[in-house]
Amino acid sequence: MTQPDSAGAPVVRVDDLRVRFPTLDGQVRAVEGLSFEVPVGGGLGIVGESGSGKSVTSLALMGLHRGTRADISGSIEVAGRDVNAASNKQLRAMRGNDIAMVFQDPMQSLHPLFTVGNQLVEALRVHRSDVSRADAHAKAVESLERVGIPEPAKRINSYPHEFSGGMRQRVVIAMGLMCDPKVLLADEPTTALDVTVQAQVLDLLDGLRRELGMALILVSHDLAVVAGSVDEVVVMRHGEAVEHGDVRRVLAEPQHSYTRALLDAVPRVEVSRAQRRAQDRADRADRAGEGGGTAPGTADETAADETAPGETPAGNGAHAAPAPPPAGATAFGQKPPADEEPAQEPGPGTGSATVSEPSAPPETQGEPLLRVRDAAQRFKVRGGLWGRSSDFWAVRDVSFDLHPGQTLGVVGESGSGKSTLSRMVMRLLEPTEGTVEFEGRDITHLPERALRPLRRDIQMVFQNPYSSLNPRVTVGDAIGTALKVQGERDRTTIRTRVRELLDRVGLQPDHYNRFPHAFSGGQRQRIAIARALILKPKLIICDEPVSALDVSTQDQVLRLLSELQDDFGLTYIFVAHDLAVVRQVSDRVAVMRKGEIVEMGDSDTVYENPRSEYTRQLLTAAPVLDPDEARRLRAERVAGSATA
Amino acid sequence: MLTYILRRLGAGLLLLAVVTMVTFAIFYVVPRWAGRTTEQLATMYVGRAPTPEAIQATIDRLGLDQPIALQFYEFVRGILFGAEYQFGRDTVQCSAPCFGFSFQTYQEVFPEIVARLPVTVSLAIGAGIIWLVGGIAVGVVSAVWKGSIFDRVAMAVALAGVSLPIFFTGLLSLAFLVHSWGLFATPIYVPFTENPLGWAEGMVLPWLTLAFLHAAMYARQTRAGMLETLSEDYIRTARAKGLSERRVVLKHALRPTLTPIVTIFGLDLGLVLGGAVLTEQVFSLNGIGRYAVQAITQSDLPVILGVTLFGAFFIVVSNLIVDLLYPLIDPRVRVHG
Repeated sequence: MTQPDSAGAPVVRVDDLRVRFPTLDGQVRAVEGLSFEVPVGGGLGIVGESGSGKSVTSLALMGLHRGTRADISGSIEVAGRDVNAASNKQLRAMRGNDIAMVFQDPMQSLHPLFTVGNQLVEALRVHRSDVSRADAHAKAVESLERVGIPEPAKRINSYPHEFSGGMRQRVVIAMGLMCDPKVLLADEPTTALDVTVQAQVLDLLDGLRRELGMALILVSHDLAVVAGSVDEVVVMRHGEAVEHGDVRRVLAEPQHSYTRALLDAVPRVEVSRAQRRAQDRADRADRAGEGGGTAPGTADETAADETAPGETPAGNGAHAAPAPPPAGATAFGQKPPADEEPAQEPGPGTGSATVSEPSAPPETQGEPLLRVRDAAQRFKVRGGLWGRSSDFWAVRDVSFDLHPGQTLGVVGESGSGKSTLSRMVMRLLEPTEGTVEFEGRDITHLPERALRPLRRDIQMVFQNPYSSLNPRVTVGDAIGTALKVQGERDRTTIRTRVRELLDRVGLQPDHYNRFPHAFSGGQRQRIAIARALILKPKLIICDEPVSALDVSTQDQVLRLLSELQDDFGLTYIFVAHDLAVVRQVSDRVAVMRKGEIVEMGDSDTVYENPRSEYTRQLLTAAPVLDPDEARRLRAERVAGSATA
Repeated sequence: MLTYILRRLGAGLLLLAVVTMVTFAIFYVVPRWAGRTTEQLATMYVGRAPTPEAIQATIDRLGLDQPIALQFYEFVRGILFGAEYQFGRDTVQCSAPCFGFSFQTYQEVFPEIVARLPVTVSLAIGAGIIWLVGGIAVGVVSAVWKGSIFDRVAMAVALAGVSLPIFFTGLLSLAFLVHSWGLFATPIYVPFTENPLGWAEGMVLPWLTLAFLHAAMYARQTRAGMLETLSEDYIRTARAKGLSERRVVLKHALRPTLTPIVTIFGLDLGLVLGGAVLTEQVFSLNGIGRYAVQAITQSDLPVILGVTLFGAFFIVVSNLIVDLLYPLIDPRVRVHG
């Protein structure tokens, strides 16, 4: 499977690795019989959903399971050293020196109380005690410069909180470079970052690999993230490698159905709204034809789908033990139509579907449901002399109309004001300037009391399904409360309505009395959607509804949203940082930056002929599945940043 | 940074002013709301022989027949600039922080407090160091060896320490450690300047007793904080660098854990400096706390007022010191400009 290695022994060799965690319910097999090799200077991608065992694997490579109850067998060799057999002292000599690790969340992975210089110097001197403090300092400056931190000599004395997320990830990488390791292990290094920053960090890792001849192991849940940066890829599921091979081969001709399902679930920026809708409707018709079922994932289907270990709430924390793989339940098996339909690919093949279903032309004439004019939001920022505050405009001069049945996509990076905008429309914030009209009525400055009846019509679905549901309230109550608040007294009516809705969003009505912790991320987001739907709203604002979910779960939730829109004639404002996702759900797209809309228009136009430089930048930064395309875009970015 | 200091100073002064007002109100205003007449008030505060003349003299001296606002003004003026008191024909000068004269001993209050200060400070500083160092050490070891015998025993003892009052542990240690077994010298205050060794010998049991109570709390706090810090991502980063476990614990994990501990230490120390009432009482140390207890049993108003304000002063000051130290401990709260 591994390419013949010309440079001698591979720098990382994993053979039949098994990691198990004892739990009260018996052993959890986090990794089962995993084998791979990474040649000197090679690039390996490990891809899988949360709970697939990819993070457990990377921690095992570092020997970081020491001291936990993990039971490890098989062999791991890093730079010729057997990690499992090594003494603690030998392990420490290896960590950071032969193999350095970059973690997922740069906001958490640097020590908040020490300067970055201190932390970099420490990383070097722990392995090279003979290097003087001054030399180590010089090396740290050099390392910071290499990863692209401006003014490294000055910034070395800064604390981590004085850097942005992307810069912090660069600092973590710089720390990894201090001892010139042979392998850089990056575990979801860009998951917490914006698209453009993600592209920069990936470009940096790729450049370092080439310049320093370092091997790179890139772990991610997203195939598109690894596509352009590695030579080989391992696809993991339930702790096993289901597919392993050259990255071009795996992406072009996936052998295993799970890889195909993963590939299909990746939202592609080149797929238009019309294609996506046609696809979803065709799938739906197929399903209805087959089973006469109600809708998208009928209850049991989806439940089985989502109780796959990939979506257990355990996440991929360092020592979190993933749930055991349930017998028979597969995360992808329930979506055969997607596997067979070529319609996901743009091209003439999909012509018939696309043309015959002219993407339900939303009404653009007539009274808009929502009209926003010159809206602006100011926040007072405390600080300065004697606590005097200064103004910060989070949103400025935003205007748009939204017609019933339409979806407006709002894209932007963190800090672009997209969440503030949705809060203003929701009237959770009172706009400082401008007007917000809902159904022709000015609601900009309505007092809370007058707003209350309107709350029924505008609902919201939030980003993090883990914190947006009260853990002590049953699912049924969480959904039903809104009815009670709006004046419904009859308990049986509420109960019936909630059960209907649970069924409608693809959950079992019997789950009424369960608490949120019993559900996976995707299921929780379905609950949140049901909660938003219970009052039969006209407008639903989805604030990053899928960004906390795995790709395949994300796909299911997007399908659900699209079907609900068809069935109930809903109007959406869809806020997200992922360009591909936004394209596939939106009729119109607004690109936001620093509180202003830099470009707005029909979604296909914006994506195919972007007028603003910023939109173009975003589009070249979006990860793509084709390795060659990814490399081309990277060259473009590098050239762009060189001229800039 | 300067504005930050000034702001904290301003807040501290304001707090002292509020404490002064409230203390004043408790002793001068609240009894009147409860229906006490001027004469009744004066009778309470007259001291030994409540003859009509003595009562009248007290009223005159304290200005009890004056409007409340004027009384408060005189009170504050006394504290800030000193005051003059009339004892019959004699005029007595009471200098700057003037809290008045004790009703019982006719001594000026402030010098009396200052005279007792070394005892209280000796007790507080000594005990403070012991409980801080001991508590943190026990907490760290407990967290690192979580679930070990040491951890369990230490936490059980800590629970006892938190629950047992000083008058229990103090009397018990006096009875056994001093009188029955003779392991410790009888607690007595010897000024440090006279005989440092005697000073330490005489104070060691009060220190340990007072420290036991607090150390228990600190050990539990440290253990909990340490366990939380050890699960942070940056600790994993530190391990991934190849640092030794010792360095991970003592450098990377301990510092963030100490941040909240330093805050409560400031408060606790300030509290004890204002008078460790029970400890001083149990070991018969003539400090501020004991002075306060005597004054309370004798309704010695000026002394109570003086001790209260003095204690508040210590708390405000130690709070201020913690606030100013905080940016040094945690760079994230460092204020620019």
